[in-house]
Amino acid sequence: MPFYNCMRARKPEKRKTNFSEVALGLTERQAVKAANICLQCKKPQCIAGCPVEIDIPKFIARVKEKDYLGGLRVIRDFNMLPAICGRVCPQEKQCQGKCILGKKKTPVSIGALERFVADYEAKLGQTTLPEISKPNGHKVAVIGSGPAGLTVASDLAKAGYDITVFEALHEPGGVLTYGIPEFRLPKKIINREIEFVKNLGVKILVNWVIGRTQTVEELFEEGFKAVFIGVGAGSPSYMDIPGENLNNVYFAAEFLTRVNLMKAHKFPIYDTPVKKARRVAVVGAGNVAMDSARTALRLGAEKVYIVYRRTEKEMPSREEEIEHAKEEGIIFKFLTNPKEIIGDRKGYVKAMRCDRMVLCEPDASGRRRPECTGDEFTLKVDQVIMAIGQTSNPILVKSIKKLKLWGAGYIKVDKDGTTNITGIFAGGDIATGAATVISAMGAGKRAARAIESYIMGTDKS
Amino acid sequence: MFRILHKQSLSPQVDEMIVNAPYIARHTKAGNFAVLRVHEKGERIPLTIADFDAEKGTITFLFQKIGKTTEEMGTLKPGENIRDIAGPLGHPTPIKKYGHCVLVGGGIGTATLYPILKALKAKRNTITVIQGARTKKLIVWEDKFSTYAKEMILTTDDGSSGRKGLVTDALKEMIDNKSVAIVIAVGPIRMMQAVAELTKSYGIKTLVSLNPVMVEGTGMCGACRVRIAGQTRFACIDGPEFDAHEVDFQELANRLNFYKQEEEISLKQFNRKSRKKCRGKCKK
Repeated sequence: MPFYNCMRARKPEKRKTNFSEVALGLTERQAVKAANICLQCKKPQCIAGCPVEIDIPKFIARVKEKDYLGGLRVIRDFNMLPAICGRVCPQEKQCQGKCILGKKKTPVSIGALERFVADYEAKLGQTTLPEISKPNGHKVAVIGSGPAGLTVASDLAKAGYDITVFEALHEPGGVLTYGIPEFRLPKKIINREIEFVKNLGVKILVNWVIGRTQTVEELFEEGFKAVFIGVGAGSPSYMDIPGENLNNVYFAAEFLTRVNLMKAHKFPIYDTPVKKARRVAVVGAGNVAMDSARTALRLGAEKVYIVYRRTEKEMPSREEEIEHAKEEGIIFKFLTNPKEIIGDRKGYVKAMRCDRMVLCEPDASGRRRPECTGDEFTLKVDQVIMAIGQTSNPILVKSIKKLKLWGAGYIKVDKDGTTNITGIFAGGDIATGAATVISAMGAGKRAARAIESYIMGTDKS
Repeated sequence: MFRILHKQSLSPQVDEMIVNAPYIARHTKAGNFAVLRVHEKGERIPLTIADFDAEKGTITFLFQKIGKTTEEMGTLKPGENIRDIAGPLGHPTPIKKYGHCVLVGGGIGTATLYPILKALKAKRNTITVIQGARTKKLIVWEDKFSTYAKEMILTTDDGSSGRKGLVTDALKEMIDNKSVAIVIAVGPIRMMQAVAELTKSYGIKTLVSLNPVMVEGTGMCGACRVRIAGQTRFACIDGPEFDAHEVDFQELANRLNFYKQEEEISLKQFNRKSRKKCRGKCKK
């Protein structure tokens, strides 16, 4: 049985008409039961599977003893965003995927337990701040308030650094805020965790586009000792097929930003609109594709297709999201690749022509490469959402002279986030290319350590 | 929060607003824009920075009240705030010594040209400004423009000011009589397209500043994509200025119409609310 089945979820029929959170979390009884199966391994594999190396057996031991706040404190030693990670991490590929129990039957529901202890504290309406070191007077600038930035900020703030986070949008959170929908990660959860980070003494400036409003050079002139760049892979990829600029073709980033950040589903109470459609095709099969498809459904679409050129086995999305999408009636069109989007006379989408594909030998990514069969068909849709990935955004990286890049404009870093320029560090999607929330947080953690040792080094000399 | 320091009506439809935004003012160059959101439930809209003063730390917007957000901005008074402003965004206009430059402005698009005019003047270019509007009342900043322009030509559709006719008529005459190094045109799409078609036949380098629908304005969402020389480009980070002869104006016009219905709903609702507020006391 997959782990998430032990977590209650709202009924598909009801939940697909609104934006309330789908997964309901564990009850206290379920949580203790789930914790009790943990073997407390001497050599825990789960920790190795966690990008931020949470001492998982230790936190689960607290849950066993019903010391939920104690469990949360253990997690917070490693991770300041437990309620978020408990909801959006691909646990089946990380901690839970490594759990020894999973080899024979069900692994420990680590993600659900992480969420449980975080929600438990939220329900009590209290927060206990960790110990914060005495201010050391060193200023560090963090660019981008997504998972990587928030992690660097909170780790360094705890160590006594004076942290300012610069966010280009009008709300902090990065992809957590503009990318992940309310039904998967409610805004109040994000706000609560960001509030926690602020309570550590972190200042967050919004509407602050570093590279434009202020340059990195000026930050150093203002006395910042180090700069961390965690701006994400903020530019949408597209297929470059005919018809991609027709009306009602959205890039997933725009579609989701309109709804998540601008609350377009509440138009006209909120001013930003989003087009509702009857038949929607979402191209891609990652988390962003699942989020777009389920958002379109909630906006009132009658039929929503996921169009993917490979098969279910290769889908990069979180398992739970695929399961939830299926329950909600999303139709999966595998081995299908869009060829052209066809418009009507007014320039609006009316159909999408697709190639039928077949899988051949594995490619560089290790996944089997899809190839055209020569067979094609037309899907009647009135909206297309492109969710085929993101690439690097040039605004900031191009504003820093001599910064070494790789690939499509990602920042070249070593494993602790050091760039080729002294004092500038980077991590998360802008260094690796699009990945997960938790891997960005892992990069943030390593960069925070590197920044600390860098500043200590310059301090002595 | 960004405090409004000054606001005045330039015409029944056009307002000028000066806002305190020191960091943005310090970094703005001719051709830049900003994205703003009036209040928590507001939409993010791009507006050209029509003027800026790095020392005073202020930026100026000119806006035509044609939609909900701009109507709402029109109701704000000095001392009140704009909730969010992010900028300066977009590539600045390439400024150098060209020789004789012709700046063509249509309607509110003219505002975009003012910082460009000043910057070109500082590089000792000779500048002709052709400003077109439907009627005399809609012509703005004529005095400010004439300070820097060697020649000012006004055209109105109804002949109420300057010469009667279109900016392209005046532009054609200019090109036929004098040599022109570069044309920069900003205004309604049909005007920019007409200018592009005209100058293409003469082979004169022409820039236009495009105004597609934007959401965040930093290259993240792709809402503002336009087709330039057959390639998809993002107006917010690759533009907003492009070579006029390479722009697919038809596609741009089509995409600009996409939310027309919603824009009308928003505006209607706003008008109904503001009528309710004054309880029938307004003369409107």
